[in-house]
Amino acid sequence: MFDFSEITTWIDQFLRTYLEPWGAVLVEGILVGLALLVTYAIIALVLIYAERKICAFFQCRLGPNRVGPLGLLQPVADMIKILLKELIVIKKSDRFLYELAPFLVIVSSMLAFGCMPFGRGLLAIDFNVGVFFIMAVSSIGVLGILLAGWSSNNKFTLIGAMRSGAQMISYELSIGVTMLTVVVFAGSMQISEIINQQYNGWFIFTGHIPMIIAFIIYLIAGTAETNRGPFDLPEAESELTAGYHTEYSGIHFGFYYLAEYLNMFIVSGIASLLFLGGWMPLHIPGWEAFNEIMNYIPSVIWFIIKTAVIMFIIIWFKWTFPRLRIDQLIKLEWKYLLPIGLLNLLVMTLMVILGWHF
Amino acid sequence: MTNLTLFVVVFLTGVALVAAALAIAQLTAPRSFNPQKGEPYECGIPTRGESWMQFRVGYYLFAILFLMFDVETVFLFPWAVLVRDLGASALISVSFFFAVLVLGLAYAWKKGALEWK
Repeated sequence: MFDFSEITTWIDQFLRTYLEPWGAVLVEGILVGLALLVTYAIIALVLIYAERKICAFFQCRLGPNRVGPLGLLQPVADMIKILLKELIVIKKSDRFLYELAPFLVIVSSMLAFGCMPFGRGLLAIDFNVGVFFIMAVSSIGVLGILLAGWSSNNKFTLIGAMRSGAQMISYELSIGVTMLTVVVFAGSMQISEIINQQYNGWFIFTGHIPMIIAFIIYLIAGTAETNRGPFDLPEAESELTAGYHTEYSGIHFGFYYLAEYLNMFIVSGIASLLFLGGWMPLHIPGWEAFNEIMNYIPSVIWFIIKTAVIMFIIIWFKWTFPRLRIDQLIKLEWKYLLPIGLLNLLVMTLMVILGWHF
Repeated sequence: MTNLTLFVVVFLTGVALVAAALAIAQLTAPRSFNPQKGEPYECGIPTRGESWMQFRVGYYLFAILFLMFDVETVFLFPWAVLVRDLGASALISVSFFFAVLVLGLAYAWKKGALEWK
């Protein structure tokens, strides 16, 4: 498998021969930032197009088909349009918090995005507490949403933000518990280490039933975490106009739109990292020829395919299930997912200690 | 580059994205003034009363419950890394921790804190 760290080390050495150490770090920082920005934007554009097309096909429509061939330029047109719209600020809003909220939302999704293992050696932040770090930074996003709802001085946004806060913090517990299950199994929190451990089979195959249960819980909780699908009651358009971002216009609204799609990508990326091996190809112990053939497929493609499949499932949820009521939402998390998740964690611990796994 | 530098780089990238997009919007977006535009949007009718007011206490209850379980997750992460090395003692010691925690959840359940009334 091609290791992308060869390229980065080469760039590093190349820069260090011509520049002072601090200059090399500066140039590398700018390169990393630009690379992240470009992938961030491209993924958002592709996702907006994909979601609109897929939901059109679910509803027997054509979807965007006027701008460019097959409507492929539609997200670009949308982006330019949203960038050129007027920014309207409500008179009585809390101006400082109103402006701060998009920063929190975007920065938290960007930090989690930096932890995505796009390919072998292609991973920006690789802390030894990686999984925990992802959980920590993605919970900052809730703050942004709460501030947005509160500072807009509008009743709809306040209700939307409160619902969103209750929902996101509740489902974050399930995400934490499922992550714990994987950490118990892997014995490490570092992202690259977790992926390397899946060399002889992805965790969902080697981890028996507790891992499959954890995967299902993670998928449900992750969908709720992105405020999408059947869990979109924070922005239920039929009752709250647009929820917490009702008063945001133009690019201010664009940030929330961007963060929502990127959060979907991040949730799917973490699911593929924890359960489906990240960029690791499908390996079956003993089948050497098969493993070699799988190794020919580049690691980036493996990661993108796995993430895309999970994203498709999340979009599928949205067009299949009706929206939950808030009491059902709370009940689902606190009375079903959390106790099952905790029990599952104990079963996984017992399995790891007794060695009942592949 | 160390991970901490990269963390700062990614953080600054996020800030730069928002700041740059806002700057472009400020430069290019049209502006018009109308007293009506400063009003909050509520179905087209004028707002009545304050928006910054008391809201359901139910949300507060879930925030407290969340705090309890979130702190628990923070404590469990270091334990989770070491389970393989600690062996059976890991499970025994953590089951006491879990017992207290589940007791808390059971209490909240019994008291009806998990119902949305």
